[in-house]
Amino acid sequence: MNPAAASPVFAVAHLSKSFGGLKVNHDVSIAMAPGERLALIGPNGAGKTTFVNLVTGRIRPSAGTVRLGDEDITRLGAVARVRRGLVRTFQVTRLFPDMTPEEHVVMAILQRQGRATRILARFHGAGAAADEAADILATLGLTEVARRKVVEIAYGQQRLLEIAIAMAQRPKVLLLDEPAAGVPSTDTPLIERALERLPASLAVLMIEHDMDLVFRFARRVTVLAAGELIFQGLPADVARDDRVREAYLGSYAHAGR
Amino acid sequence: MQTALSIALDAFAYGMALFIICIGLSLTMGLMRLVNLAHGAFAMIGGYIASYAARDLGLGYGYGFGIALAVAGTVLIAVPLERLLFRRIYDRSALSQVLMTIGITFCVIGITNYVFGPTLKTIPLPADLARPIDLGFRSIAGHRLFVIASGLAVAGGLWFLIERTGFGIKLRAAVENAPMSRALGVRTELIYAASFALAVALAAFGGAVGAEFLPIEPYYALRYMVTFLVVVSVGGAGSIPGALAACLLLGAIDVTGRYLMPDFGNFFFYLAVILVVCAFPRGLMGRAP
Amino acid sequence: MAQASAPMAAATPARDLGRDLAGLALILAAGLAGYWLFPDNLSFLTRLISVALLVLSLDLIVGYCGIASLGQAALYGAGAYAAGIACLNGVTEPFLLILIGAAAGAVTGLLMGTVMLRAHGLPQLVLSIAIVQLLHEAANKAAWLTGGSDGLAGMVPAPLFGLFEFDLWGRAAYLFGLGLLVAVFVALKLLVRSPFGMVCRGLKEDPLRVSALGISAFPVLLRMFVISGAVAGMGGALGAISTQVVGLDSVSFELSANALVMLVLGGLGNLYGALIGTVVFMAVEHVVAAIDPFHWMTLVGALLIAIVLFAPRGLSGTLDEAARILARRPRRAGP
Ligand SMILES: Nc1ncnc2c1ncn2[C@@H]1O[C@H](COP(=O)(O)OP(=O)(O)OP(=O)(O)O)[C@@H](O)[C@H]1O
Ligand SMILES: [Mg+2]
Repeated sequence: MNPAAASPVFAVAHLSKSFGGLKVNHDVSIAMAPGERLALIGPNGAGKTTFVNLVTGRIRPSAGTVRLGDEDITRLGAVARVRRGLVRTFQVTRLFPDMTPEEHVVMAILQRQGRATRILARFHGAGAAADEAADILATLGLTEVARRKVVEIAYGQQRLLEIAIAMAQRPKVLLLDEPAAGVPSTDTPLIERALERLPASLAVLMIEHDMDLVFRFARRVTVLAAGELIFQGLPADVARDDRVREAYLGSYAHAGR
Repeated sequence: MQTALSIALDAFAYGMALFIICIGLSLTMGLMRLVNLAHGAFAMIGGYIASYAARDLGLGYGYGFGIALAVAGTVLIAVPLERLLFRRIYDRSALSQVLMTIGITFCVIGITNYVFGPTLKTIPLPADLARPIDLGFRSIAGHRLFVIASGLAVAGGLWFLIERTGFGIKLRAAVENAPMSRALGVRTELIYAASFALAVALAAFGGAVGAEFLPIEPYYALRYMVTFLVVVSVGGAGSIPGALAACLLLGAIDVTGRYLMPDFGNFFFYLAVILVVCAFPRGLMGRAP
Repeated sequence: MAQASAPMAAATPARDLGRDLAGLALILAAGLAGYWLFPDNLSFLTRLISVALLVLSLDLIVGYCGIASLGQAALYGAGAYAAGIACLNGVTEPFLLILIGAAAGAVTGLLMGTVMLRAHGLPQLVLSIAIVQLLHEAANKAAWLTGGSDGLAGMVPAPLFGLFEFDLWGRAAYLFGLGLLVAVFVALKLLVRSPFGMVCRGLKEDPLRVSALGISAFPVLLRMFVISGAVAGMGGALGAISTQVVGLDSVSFELSANALVMLVLGGLGNLYGALIGTVVFMAVEHVVAAIDPFHWMTLVGALLIAIVLFAPRGLSGTLDEAARILARRPRRAGP
């Protein structure tokens, strides 16, 4: 059933979290093989973003483990996880309002190279890093606005910048939290182009409501509803699954038959 | 033993005086998210009015009248300030709030000095409060007992107001989610103005009854600003029991330090502050952010 | 690729360099003008430079890292006392004294950062105040070392380069201070443009994004505290050398609060703002406070209220804005 089980690069087991009495994630287990393209879907409020927050160390789970490669990272801090190659984007953009897209991407590149906090160096005009940043920004169609402040650019472009930053970080496992939300539909091909340019060995988990994008992107789909995984399988099967129909359509699922 | 007891009683009374002044600040910070460094300035204004009423009006109305006038007068001064200045910074950054309220403090100090001069003002106590009162095991100055009783009354009354009344519910709702509360018909600016007035009233009350411990002079607003801030952050903004605990703890440290090592000044007070804040960065009973 | 970088090449580095050189020239010119125009007030102007270093150091913490501090004078005072004590004990070479001040400030900055970075928000602000008050009490108590409430006096630094005496008119001290200020300013300009400086700005704008990039905040901020301490310490040492006294006021809450007011007046997160704020504040204070210190307080208070309400970005920010609006017009007229 699960092709990742053999030697997963990323394995979450029995993850749970409650806010007060609300179980936002309950016994969630997901494993991903290197290079896998997995989609995580589910209705609003299902706990998808919370899942990302849990595995990236932004909030602590009440139970469960997270493994990256051979290592148990459940107890690591958020920064340490990023350094080991677990990278996420934010559903609601988290950017530096007064900096330019170029500066965001250059900072990510410098950090990857271990040079992000050097004092005796220049940030701007940092040769190779600037070229790489220009390249990434071009992939996402951000060249025009590369040197404008983030507050001055369109929200859709800010969403694309989230992806550009993640690309610059060159992760092992990438978690995309609704990359297409807020991006005008004319620009979604840019996201797909960027995803195609990601290294084949990179495992990508994409949370997304745009089902066309999900079907084109994912080889495998998991569905989260009310904090629980209710489906794992092929994209082709997801729409036929009773529990999924129930989760999305409620009682109409039965009425519609 | 005797000294230990009298230190303890002194510290207790001092802590309660601090509490009466600081609890208003703790509520503005915790519930209204307003860093109001001018809180001490309102306490000082209260002290000045009480002193003026009790000494210079000379009508023999007495202590109680002076305090009532202090509270009413200070609120009267604060209301236009709230409308003109404070209302504009409720949703600004903490730094803006710090700057504006320091600015207000400076203005109050300058104007107070211009009007009343730089000398210390006393508030004469009525005979009943000036006498020592025998508690059986010890006797204590009547005034201290009065301060302690006032402090306990304030703590109880506030707790009741916030946890048990419609006003408290509206206040907490307005703080949690202002737009939603407005949609539900809660007049948030009114609620804010009322809580602000309440905080100011408490400050004025504390400034007047606490004048024995924190003497009234123009620099009052700046001199004790730090102490008040410390109390609030040690207690955890918005928490009544936290503020009470912080006042008693810091009052005890301060009074004991002065008794035992007078020439060290506030050294141990600030050392304790650093240690406590490092150990409890969110305050003794603060809420998680 | 070539297409991608073409519109970028038009922008920053070259223009930045030009603006920096112009800025430096302006500072030097203003400094020298002060020297010729106010020959009788050089000791005041030297004090102004020493405070400017303090305000610059505060800008690094508040303006670039977003950490509010009302205790910056702890670092300034550490430098002042260290230089003063060293000078009284026979270390009189001025450059060495500045270095001693910087080192003392840096060490104090390390301690202060370690303590302050444990908390956030109001508790952090309170920690900054508690630290400066603690040092104030300590300096008061350790009279054998610091002279207590009388302070230190009678420091006689060796002549500058072995040639120019630190005399009554304070000419050598002033030019020495001006040179120091320019050197520090250049170093800080480079600092805030370095990758490190950009990460600090990032931490101010969104710490969560910085950690999602895999950068830990604590070591970065701690380093900034050390650097800020060194700068403030140099300011303190300069004050000690030029006035030849060190008093308890150099490590006080009042000085810290004033430094913050100057910074906000000039504009946060902008090294020029720190200088403009210091000059305006101290010049006005020099005139008004001589008349009545309480009028001065009222005035500063009113000023602060006005800044928050009408010019939240300070004088330099307001000037910047004006410049940008003016500059934008002709560009719009283009294609
Ligand atoms: N810090 C929190 N405290 C309390 N409840 C929370 C918190 N964060 C999220 N929740 C709740 O947990 C549930 C799951 O939220 P989450 O953001 O993970 O959903 P989601 O699947 O990402 O939804 P969407 O598709 O709208 O992004 C929601 O009901 C939300 O209100
Ligand atoms: Mg979500």
